[in-house]
Amino acid sequence: MDVLPLLFDGIATALSPAILGLTFLGVVIGLFVGAMPGLGSVNGVAILLPATFLIQQSFSDPNDGTAAAMIFLAAIYYGAMYGGAISSITLGIPGASTAVATTFDGRPLALRGDANQALVTAAIASFVGGSIANIFFTGFAPPLASVALSFGPPEIFALMLLAFATFVGLGGDDIPKTIFSICFGLTMAAVGFDQISGEPRLIFFDVIGFMHGINFLVLAIGVYGIGEMLWTIYTTREKITMTDAQISFAGVMRATGRTFTRGWKGMSIGSGLGFFVGILPAAGATPGSLMSYGIAKMTASKPEEFGKGAIDGVAAPEAANNSASTGAMLPMLTLGIPGSPTTAVLLGGMVIWGLTPGPRLFTDQPEFVWPLIGSFYVANLISLIVNLAFIPLFLWMLRMPFTILAPIIFTLSIVGGFAATQDMHDVWLMVFFGLGAFFLRILDYPLAPAVLAIVLGPIAEPTLRQSLLLSDGDPMIFVERPIAGPITIIAIILILLPVFKFFWARRHGKTETAS
Amino acid sequence: MRIAELVMALILGVMSVYIMWKSGLSQWEEGWGAPVRYIEGEGPGSGWWPFYLAGAMLLCCVWVIVNWVRRASPPSRSDAVYLDRFGVMMLLKVGLPVVGFVFLIEYVGMYGAMMLFLFYYVWILGRHRLGLALAIALGAPVVTFFFFDVAMRIVLPKGYLEPLFIPLYDIFL
Repeated sequence: MDVLPLLFDGIATALSPAILGLTFLGVVIGLFVGAMPGLGSVNGVAILLPATFLIQQSFSDPNDGTAAAMIFLAAIYYGAMYGGAISSITLGIPGASTAVATTFDGRPLALRGDANQALVTAAIASFVGGSIANIFFTGFAPPLASVALSFGPPEIFALMLLAFATFVGLGGDDIPKTIFSICFGLTMAAVGFDQISGEPRLIFFDVIGFMHGINFLVLAIGVYGIGEMLWTIYTTREKITMTDAQISFAGVMRATGRTFTRGWKGMSIGSGLGFFVGILPAAGATPGSLMSYGIAKMTASKPEEFGKGAIDGVAAPEAANNSASTGAMLPMLTLGIPGSPTTAVLLGGMVIWGLTPGPRLFTDQPEFVWPLIGSFYVANLISLIVNLAFIPLFLWMLRMPFTILAPIIFTLSIVGGFAATQDMHDVWLMVFFGLGAFFLRILDYPLAPAVLAIVLGPIAEPTLRQSLLLSDGDPMIFVERPIAGPITIIAIILILLPVFKFFWARRHGKTETAS
Repeated sequence: MRIAELVMALILGVMSVYIMWKSGLSQWEEGWGAPVRYIEGEGPGSGWWPFYLAGAMLLCCVWVIVNWVRRASPPSRSDAVYLDRFGVMMLLKVGLPVVGFVFLIEYVGMYGAMMLFLFYYVWILGRHRLGLALAIALGAPVVTFFFFDVAMRIVLPKGYLEPLFIPLYDIFL
């Protein structure tokens, strides 16, 4: 398959006025949600997914409409990766979890009076990270998709297992709580009519509302809209102080120069590592940026500068989070397995818009896939320009009091939750999930696995059952098949990784493993 | 925090047992718990998957409790209060009104409830100027109406305020 003509076609479609406008709008919204503390790409995407039906309907060709809807959400994802840095630097609180590592050096730079440098470095590094990742993506996606075409139910289930195993092995959260979260999400996905036998099941307390199942958006908006808002109000205590930045054209040029001379190393580490960490299901942009920061620090000639305002320390995590967000798209588009909570919501959206995610997407729906990939390139450039041009505007918006933003988010969540299924039962359920998420979060229960699981549940269960039918109930089918086997074994190793770590730590006389 | 960790694990454990029960054990027309079993030649029954998932959830709860006894997880070692005064007040001032919002939808519709909630939050909680509070509380429903009811043709519930919207339907729909 010759990739370049397809890519150029895709970019040409992405540059058509309507799609370009949507990309621009998505990037601006993404920058905003990314910059707002407590809101990240996943919140923006989850809350705005119901709005994309309008986008899809407003195109005469349904394929264009679907691609446009997806491009809009992908642009939000992209923009948010840029935007997260703005509040990390000026407020000292990460605008999104993906920008946590940016606070380590971005905030000291800002406190030193060099917020300008930090913001520009973040933007440039994001652009470089995004561009390199786009090239990787374009190179890897088609061959991976064609390999994945031969996958049957056992292979797909093995991949699901791998996705969940990475959460357990690499997530770093409390293990029983992580597994609980995964199983909870999968169980919620099973509510309603069984796809295979057609029998109703899990109709809790015989409430009719459960008959149509639990839409993943109900859980996603509950957790990321209502639960997250409560959590942000609770942890920030509504007290936020801000460092101002003066932006001038000459200042931007000077800072750009310094970014390349003193931040090239961080940028290259972030771009490369971020992409591959991003591919791993469950890892996503947050660990990608933290790891890149760690490695940039380890390999730096003056590691003592890190944490005090090193340019490399801003460049590495920012390049990584953009690179990882593109990386996370790779398994989502080629295998139908999301690499992060945001891509999980995107995948759920694809199902709603009537697409079947999986390897066939590349062969069956090239008119969807290539404009989307083209839009990655376009969105990356737009993000850079909008980010640099409108930094003063974003700084002004960040002064919006939380007591105005929070009620608007709550309202958007409730209206969006209703619009998704048009059933009050689901709105109640969403509020219940939101409050539950808040209470569980205080006790360190990770919630992203549950959101990922409710999206993957409708794929995981039938593939497991079909596989067991193929093998007459013998679970060895997941180990014996040539492709499924290695994947299953890696998954099992990942699940057991914390156990190995535990014994390793014990043998070396340590009772605590460093986080 | 320590007690909350145990109580939460117990609540989730009970929930897991309930899901296990609901996934098929509660049906005994074709023999007790028929949907949960593996049917020869047909594959697993409809309740098989949720049953074992809920079983895994239950095991996780037991595991959390074991960690609690060993004081192995951070919350089980923490002496901090589960929810401090600020948290309780926040839930009363923010969480409760969100529930109230949803409760009111049935009576005054999505738009009425939205207006009351926004006005309450911006004016009373946020202590912003009355003009700003009114602008947000009145502006948001207008924007939402044009976006959902008019553009997307998703009819949001109107409750007892339905008659007020009839002239608007005549104009825009």
